[in-house]
Amino acid sequence: MTENELEKEERMYKSIIKTIKQAPLEEFYTSGHRTCQGCESALLMRYLAKISGERTIVVGATGCMYVANTTYYTTSWVVPWVHTQLGGSGGAALGTAAALRALMRKGKIKEEPINVIVFCGDLGCADMGLSGVSNAMTYDYNLLIILYDNESSANTDIQETSMTPYGAQTSFSRPGTARRIMKRRWKKNVVPMIIAGHRNVRYAATTSPAYPLDTLNKIKKALSAGGPTFIHSLDPCPKGWDYDPMYSHELGTLAVETGIWPLYEYIDGKIVYNEPTKGIVEGRIKRKPVREYLEKQGRFSHFVEEDYDYFQKMVDEMYEKWEIPGVMPIRSVELARK
Amino acid sequence: MTQVAEKEILLNGTQAVAYAAMYADVDVTAAYPIRPYTEVMDTISKLIADGQLDAEFIIAEGEHGQFEIVKHASLVGARTLVGTSGVGWLYAMEAIVVTATDRAPVVAVIGNRALDDPGAYGVEHNDALMVRDVGWLLVWVDTAQEAFDTALLAYRIGEDPRVLIPVGVSMDGGFLTHSEQIVRLPDRELVKSFLPPYDRGKLRVHPDNPISVAPQVNEDWVTEIRRQHDEGMERAREVIKEAYESFKKTFGRYPGTTRDITMPENPFVEPYMVEDADVILVGMGTVSKPMKVAIKNMREKGVKAGMLRIRWFRPFPAEDVMKYLANAKVVCVVDRDYSLGSPFRGGVVYHEVRSSLYDLDERPKVLSFIGGLGGREITIQDVEKIIKIGVEQRDTPLTRHTYWVNVRGDPW
Repeated sequence: MTENELEKEERMYKSIIKTIKQAPLEEFYTSGHRTCQGCESALLMRYLAKISGERTIVVGATGCMYVANTTYYTTSWVVPWVHTQLGGSGGAALGTAAALRALMRKGKIKEEPINVIVFCGDLGCADMGLSGVSNAMTYDYNLLIILYDNESSANTDIQETSMTPYGAQTSFSRPGTARRIMKRRWKKNVVPMIIAGHRNVRYAATTSPAYPLDTLNKIKKALSAGGPTFIHSLDPCPKGWDYDPMYSHELGTLAVETGIWPLYEYIDGKIVYNEPTKGIVEGRIKRKPVREYLEKQGRFSHFVEEDYDYFQKMVDEMYEKWEIPGVMPIRSVELARK
Repeated sequence: MTQVAEKEILLNGTQAVAYAAMYADVDVTAAYPIRPYTEVMDTISKLIADGQLDAEFIIAEGEHGQFEIVKHASLVGARTLVGTSGVGWLYAMEAIVVTATDRAPVVAVIGNRALDDPGAYGVEHNDALMVRDVGWLLVWVDTAQEAFDTALLAYRIGEDPRVLIPVGVSMDGGFLTHSEQIVRLPDRELVKSFLPPYDRGKLRVHPDNPISVAPQVNEDWVTEIRRQHDEGMERAREVIKEAYESFKKTFGRYPGTTRDITMPENPFVEPYMVEDADVILVGMGTVSKPMKVAIKNMREKGVKAGMLRIRWFRPFPAEDVMKYLANAKVVCVVDRDYSLGSPFRGGVVYHEVRSSLYDLDERPKVLSFIGGLGGREITIQDVEKIIKIGVEQRDTPLTRHTYWVNVRGDPW
């Protein structure tokens, strides 16, 4: 490791906060929004604004975090905020970061670190926006793209996306008398796609707003890592997942404890597991049955035994068969080495 | 004084715009390849590599990304250059529209190209015309010199705080994008005095100016915001006039003027032999070349023909069109585009011209000629035939509105 890299790593870890009491008191995402009760994505917005602070530009792709947060004259953003089109997240990140770099280099604005954060939902990141996000990850601009994943197109009344879990009901995948399961494709695995395909990404992570300290630190590390960084947050959505808003955090933790949503970081080629996922992968914590998580949500109310079994089998494979548990569906490294 | 650092070099239309961007000291450029505009970005990339231009050069993942990149860079306060052609322009359409509605004064080069399918590389104006209703300033240039001058003007006009509207500089694919001409490049110091730094003022996105851009306004405000945009478009007329005057004052020549061409002093249109003409041709872009030769030929035969080349299509120069066409008997609008199913099956420019003339007490007949599609050449002979049809229609009651130039299977 070169001295420069050591310095960067040190800077990254120096910034970590140890307890929630160390989190900054000041809020940069405040009143004025119209998000639903129990909205975990709104909480994620609050975390990212809080931890990135005043010297930040936030760009938001079309989605519920656009529509609900920025009603004209009641914007909830204290930091500058700009809308980008649904497929524009990557381009918006590049354009903002490139402008800052050029203007600072040419002496047209003051030289200083300014965070560029772009958030996008299922469609704006994993579907329509994917090629743009990928392109942004190939350049060396300092930018953070956050996928706030509520597993549906929540803003348009809960339609299926590539991020919707297997079998879930949405208004594009309602069970019928002839077909019980309309959503048959497995959820897209985005962070591994980013880290496998973009070598100059130094930091990427999965997160859940149910783990505030972990989430705050991940955003902080991403912003201090340098270059393009990526965070994928699983955000329980009472409206889309069909549960009482009071259970948002509980579902967030259950997603992790059942192993469905592993929490990990990718730091310069290393995978570091966090929170219960660490214990699960190390064999110290037993995964809860996926049923405990699925049964609490109306969107899986049509599931029968074989659906639970299939779901459980798919999650078991993540930890029992994958070379990098919970992360990358590669099983053949040992075979290849022989 | 103005001659000190002026020089002449050989450039094609696309290179001329890249040079203008260099002279304008652009900060951020976004590229994606599609013929025939691409050489703009080939040139920008080389100018950066050679240290002649200090700018960020980003290769987007597609045209949509290209326009998102420059829109956001422009909102932060960077001067930007972007460009595309044909279906690339359409692929970016969503981003192109919001570039205008977010009032980001990017400059885009459109190397006009036919839309797919079937495939054709050649010029057609339907690509750029797709945005005619959504608040872009649109200009068509005719020579490499005009491309260079107009690109400089585009930054000055679009970035003016009274306007803040993106500018689409269109040039005919092949005929101008790829033809080399001598271009007079001005003294760089003079460019600085002509083109002030881009300043978004209170609309700049920066932590020192924490605004929210493009929130949800719904029916509460969208009408007023569109109206503001319309006012900006209307104010652009004055700003365009000022900019052309200032260009002349600064560089000692009217935009578009070269050693060989003296451009009449009107920013919006180029009138040619219109004073006594009773058949006047109207067109945009390089079609002016065969038009001018055909007009001379026909005048030798005693036909009083003239031409009005529309340069600025948005804002549309209705007053100039009225002024120059009022005394014509017949106006022959040559459209390098089509508007299928439109009134009288006419082209897009035809409708604009026809509408502009409506309030005249004595209106000329207006004919639509659709031709030159997909890059097909409109020859001198074609234009002579157009003039002849104009003469025939002058002397009889109108028998037909629209003709397709040289179309197989429909004699014209």
